[in-house]
Amino acid sequence: MGMTLTEKILARHAGKEKVEPGELILARVDLALGNDVTSPLAIQAFRSLGIGEVFDREKIALVPDHFTPNKDIRSADQARMMRDFAREQGIVNYFEVGRMGIEHVLLPDEGLVVPGDLVIGADSHTCTYGALCAFSTGVGSTDLAAAMISGEVWLKVPESVRIVLSGRPGKWVEGKDIILHIIGTIGVDGALYQSMEYAGDGLAALPMAWRFTISNMAIEAGAKNGIFPFDGVTKAYADGRSAREYAVVVADRDARYSGEIAVDLGALEPQVAFPHLPENSRPLSRVGNVPIDQVVVGSCTNGRIEDLRSACSVLRGRKVHGNVRMLVFPATQEIHLQAMREGLAEIFVEAGAAFSTPTCGPCLGGHMGILAQGERAVATTNRNFVGRMGHPESEVYLANPAVAAASAVLGRIGSPDEIS
Amino acid sequence: MVLKGRAWKYGDDVDTDVIIPARYLNTSDPAELARHCMEDIDREYAARVAPGDFLVAGKNFGCGSSREHAPIAIKASGASAVIARSFARIFYRNAFNTGLPIFEAPRAVDEIDAGDLLAVDMRNGSLRNETKGREYGIAPIPPFMQELVAAGGLLRYMAARRKERVGP
Repeated sequence: MGMTLTEKILARHAGKEKVEPGELILARVDLALGNDVTSPLAIQAFRSLGIGEVFDREKIALVPDHFTPNKDIRSADQARMMRDFAREQGIVNYFEVGRMGIEHVLLPDEGLVVPGDLVIGADSHTCTYGALCAFSTGVGSTDLAAAMISGEVWLKVPESVRIVLSGRPGKWVEGKDIILHIIGTIGVDGALYQSMEYAGDGLAALPMAWRFTISNMAIEAGAKNGIFPFDGVTKAYADGRSAREYAVVVADRDARYSGEIAVDLGALEPQVAFPHLPENSRPLSRVGNVPIDQVVVGSCTNGRIEDLRSACSVLRGRKVHGNVRMLVFPATQEIHLQAMREGLAEIFVEAGAAFSTPTCGPCLGGHMGILAQGERAVATTNRNFVGRMGHPESEVYLANPAVAAASAVLGRIGSPDEIS
Repeated sequence: MVLKGRAWKYGDDVDTDVIIPARYLNTSDPAELARHCMEDIDREYAARVAPGDFLVAGKNFGCGSSREHAPIAIKASGASAVIARSFARIFYRNAFNTGLPIFEAPRAVDEIDAGDLLAVDMRNGSLRNETKGREYGIAPIPPFMQELVAAGGLLRYMAARRKERVGP
């Protein structure tokens, strides 16, 4: 019996010829990640053992992105604790405000994650890098501390479910809609403990940015990771990006999958996930009249340059509705700069949107866009749980950047077709 | 070891944003996190939970963010364990790593009502609903995890492995 993509990468990092679903392994990590919310607990745990140095100062990435630029004194203390640790340990991949980005966009863009890698991060959206044909998954702070000590992580080899994409997506349909449709079909625990492995002739139509979005939200189906096969799109992104060599891993033809889900991309409409679970997705045409107060474009899910371009293609020459606050967060400094060079920043600001420095801020109800009681937001983010963006009686609707921009203009959830 | 207390009952897909909302993640102080535990779906819990009580919930408990603050908040609130139909995978790891006992017991969950008096015997792996006079088996801890427990937790286990490889 052959191995799936995930099984192959895990076997390689556990020094084994073969691994099987259900097996517990200790695997070597190529990169371990923490942010300003999860690192403080990991640093305390690390220090509690009296160990002097991390296992490898080049294989740890620390990114202050959640409550930064510091939202209050206590967040500033947490950010400082991580900064001090990074300095003391000589952590090479520490990214200060002004040179940083949202971790899951920044690290692959900087070439710190490459195809074939095994990456863990104390952040649930670490699964994003599966888009590169790497294995990556979210863990907690204690797991991060353990990895900083030994360079290893214990993992249970997951079963893999195969998701076969066919056809070509229609107008205004993006990566976000594909993953919201899948989560809507299988539910928020539909892939619990499993690997979601993508396949099919529909892959050719999926640019890298969409793949990142799709892998990013694997956790929203309960999955351990969401992984794409290596192809020309991956190669074009990965070549020349990193000083490290990458490994091309291919799933065996006789690999065993726990199930198969077929998605006809041509039949999809843009999707909107209603409160308070990502699985509450509906086709845009069945949304009805939902007036909104805020629109957020950004996050590790949809803060890439392609996402800003998509929003701008709708927003260009138009104005944000009088009842709406629109907030735009390019995911990294590099994307911020690119958006300025391409004139995207100008389009947002002229439309009446706030164009911000990178931060996770509003996505998790941290800062920079908190909702009041009863307020509604359309967001390109990843979660719409109770209280996710602010007051427990506020609401978040998840959508792609084009739909978010159209909704900002309309003052209610709506389609780009309604205004073009 | 026997855990004993009353049940606080919740539904499916209790996420880490309601276990401890992100607005409180500017601290990792357990006592402070405990004061806000569950507050977005249950204003009573943090104020009225008694030492030893259990959180009892449906499927996919702890879905969402990787924040270890979630099991820390539950543990510091005084709850002795979480009993659910199933757990989200990162929460499962974090609970284990922070020493919060969790038990998957679907049938028991279906038959537990809020306020029922429960007792869990960790040695013989049994869960008793004393209010209803019913008893259930609970799955034992997997062998690898028992090894971690025997080593004094994940961190000590990894520290020992590092010592083996690179020396002290």
